[in-house]
Amino acid sequence: MMLSVTDLAVSRGGVPVLEGVSFALAPGRALVLRGPNGSGKTTLLRTIAGLQPAYAGTVEGAGERIAYAAHSDGLKAMLSVTENLRFWAQVFGTTDISPALRDFDLERLEDRLAGNLSAGQKRRLGLARMMVTGRPVWVLDEPTVSLDTASVALFAQAVRRHLEGGGSALMATHIDLGIPEAEVFDVTPFKASPRAALQDEAFL
Amino acid sequence: MIALLTRDLRLAVRAGGGFGLGLAFFLIVTVLVPFGVGPETGLLSRIAPGVLWIGALLACLLSLDRIFALDWEDGSLDLLATAPLPMEGIVSIKALAHWLTTGLPLVLAAPVLGVLLSLPLEGYLWVLVSLAAGTPALSVIGTFGAALTVGLKRGGLLLSLLVLPLYVPTLIFGAEVARRGAEGLAVQTPLLMLAGISAGVIALLPFASAAVLRINLR
Repeated sequence: MMLSVTDLAVSRGGVPVLEGVSFALAPGRALVLRGPNGSGKTTLLRTIAGLQPAYAGTVEGAGERIAYAAHSDGLKAMLSVTENLRFWAQVFGTTDISPALRDFDLERLEDRLAGNLSAGQKRRLGLARMMVTGRPVWVLDEPTVSLDTASVALFAQAVRRHLEGGGSALMATHIDLGIPEAEVFDVTPFKASPRAALQDEAFL
Repeated sequence: MIALLTRDLRLAVRAGGGFGLGLAFFLIVTVLVPFGVGPETGLLSRIAPGVLWIGALLACLLSLDRIFALDWEDGSLDLLATAPLPMEGIVSIKALAHWLTTGLPLVLAAPVLGVLLSLPLEGYLWVLVSLAAGTPALSVIGTFGAALTVGLKRGGLLLSLLVLPLYVPTLIFGAEVARRGAEGLAVQTPLLMLAGISAGVIALLPFASAAVLRINLR
């Protein structure tokens, strides 16, 4: 099943940031969103993940098929690496966390408290969470922040394996991930024309 | 759901989890009241049920802003919202975890602290029963307040102002059960009202909490 976005318009704080966005993401494909800071990539991803309503247009094939990773990793500092990962696995109804630990090179850190990890290690744990969700469409917001080159390679490998398994990935990023088959989608041309707040967002 | 509950309970008892915060506050209030009021046993035993209830209510209020604030700060609330759990379930589990870590210890501690306030012998059972029936309502109403104020910096004051009026009916009927029990009067009417309030808010408020949480996550 494809993830297809048709004529989507998204707003942040009641002000439209992007409009007329259309693209489709087939299984096994990856799409990289690009655009300068503040161009609405995060807002677009949050809308597709279902965290906020679109004010125009439709998103199909999302909902329960999406695994979303935001800027923050959602880790609990007082839980160990395995406890954090196992919690998310249970929430998403899966059981096996060992492939995720292996692919993101977290096996040596298993019993460490997440609060004692470095920023890059935390990020790796946050990305490993995507693997335990078992969901086909990964929506990733700046996945490579604070990762070193070796970790970026680990991440690219994990994404590739996910694509080979019939999954798909939608990523907002500024760097080259080393996934040549990924298509690039620039959001700059879809910038909404400046105008005042449409309505009180809370009652959309 | 069970995973969320066990995670919250585990976090509560680990360092910085805030377990015992409410209990310690409850202890402080009930220890200080006799010093402030004076060592007059008759007066103390008359006000004991009310003091225990107010102490429990304020202790409950103290830990409310932690219900969602911590999950909001580290981003797990966003991730939970995209997880296959219904939002109503998430807020109900959060309220249950709050009750288990704050309300239940208060219920169990109240009879012990009643000794300090020279609570009459007949009162112990009814203080225990009224708190057991009333504190779930405090947790559920508090969860609604926490959902309303999640994401606000220093939202604690606003949360207290929003929640306190909603706590008043629970306090009135809860303290009434405890007072009547202590004086040996019939407790049926206020106890039924109290249980009714608890049952009502447990059934209805999670829907409201889930709705405001969805709006706050945008």
